[in-house]
Amino acid sequence: MTLVLIATTMAVFSTMALALGRALKGPTIYDRIVAVNVFGTKTVLVVALITHITGHADLIDVALVYALINFIAIVTVLKLVKTRDLGSATEEDPQDA
Amino acid sequence: MLEWGINILSGSLLLIGGAFGFIGGLGLFRFPDFYTRLHGAGITDTLCAICIGAGLILQSGISLLTLKLLLILLFLLFTAPTATHALSRAAMIDGVEPELADDSEPLSAHRGKPSSRT
Amino acid sequence: MRNVLFLSLTLAGLWLAISGVYKPVIFFLGGASLILVVWIALRMRIVGDEHNPLVFSWRLPVFWLWALGQIIQANLHVARLVFSPEKISPRIVSVPVPHKSSLGKVVYGNTCTLTPGTVTIGLDRDTLVAHALDEQSAQSLVSGRLADKICWLEGSTESQQ
Repeated sequence: MTLVLIATTMAVFSTMALALGRALKGPTIYDRIVAVNVFGTKTVLVVALITHITGHADLIDVALVYALINFIAIVTVLKLVKTRDLGSATEEDPQDA
Repeated sequence: MLEWGINILSGSLLLIGGAFGFIGGLGLFRFPDFYTRLHGAGITDTLCAICIGAGLILQSGISLLTLKLLLILLFLLFTAPTATHALSRAAMIDGVEPELADDSEPLSAHRGKPSSRT
Repeated sequence: MRNVLFLSLTLAGLWLAISGVYKPVIFFLGGASLILVVWIALRMRIVGDEHNPLVFSWRLPVFWLWALGQIIQANLHVARLVFSPEKISPRIVSVPVPHKSSLGKVVYGNTCTLTPGTVTIGLDRDTLVAHALDEQSAQSLVSGRLADKICWLEGSTESQQ
C-alpha cells in the first residue's frame, strides 16, 4: 500500500513541477498566480499523503491550516497586484458602472 | 476479504487522482491562453483532490483523521472556485483578452450587455 | 439571533472535532476564541442567510451527489481535450440567472466554476458571464440544467426562463 501512496505522491510532484514550469514561463502575471495556486493546493494533498506514508497523524493539521492559508495568500497577492494597496476597501470596477 | 477490497478501491482511487492531477498539470502547461489554462487548473482542483481525498479517507478508517480529511476536502472545494473566479475577473478587468474561436461572439459583446436579458 | 446561535454551535462543534485534546485550559481557550470570532463576524456584519439552519435540507446532499456526477463527466471531457489541444474552441457565453436569493446566485456561479470546462468570469444581478472551453462545455450551461437544479435546491421549482 505504501508503494501506491508513494506513486501517487510522485504523480502529484510532477503536477507541481508542471505548475512551476508555467509559473516560470508566464507570460502574464495571472498565469503565474494560477500556477502558484495549483502548487499550493497540491502541497495540501502531498502533506495529506505524507501523513499516511509516515503514520504521523498530527501532520494532517498542517494540511488543514495550509489549505486555508493558501486561499487567503492567493487572494491577498491578487489584491496587491491589482490595486498596489492592501488598505483600500474597494477597487474601482469599470464593469459595474 | 473486506479489508482487501477497500485497499484495492482506495489504491485505484489514489492512482486515478494522481493521473488526473498530472493531466491537469499538462493542461495548465499546454493550453494556449490564460482563460483556457484555468480549465486545466480546474481539473487538478476538483477530480484530483476528490479522488486522492476519498482514497485517503478509505484508508484511515473511522477516526479523527477521517473527519480532518473531509474538512480539508470541503475547504478545498469551497475555496478553489472562489480563487479561480477572483483570478479570472481580475484578469478580465485588467484587459487580458481571451483567444476565441472564430464562430463565437467577442468578449466586448458580453461586457456591455444590458442587465435585463431574461 | 437564530443565525448567531447556529454559527456559534457550528464553530463549537468544529473546534471540538478538530481539537482532539480535552483539558480545562484548552476548553477555556476554545471558548474565548469562539466568542472572539463571533464578535468579529457580527462587527463585520457578515452573519446572514448562509448561517440560517433552514438552508440545510435533505436536498443539499442530493444536489452534491448530482454535482459530483457532473464534475466527473466534465473532468473526463476536459481531460480528453488536454491530449488534443487543437480541438478546443474557447468561447464566452452569458446566461440568465433565474435565482432570487443571493445564496442561489453564488451557488450557481461556484458550481459553474467547479465543473471544469466552464469558468465564471462575471456574475451580476441577473446574468452570468462564463468562459467555456468548447461547444459541449458551453452547452451544459446554456441548456439550463444546472440552473434548474439549483432552483430546485432553492425550493422554488419554477424557473423564469
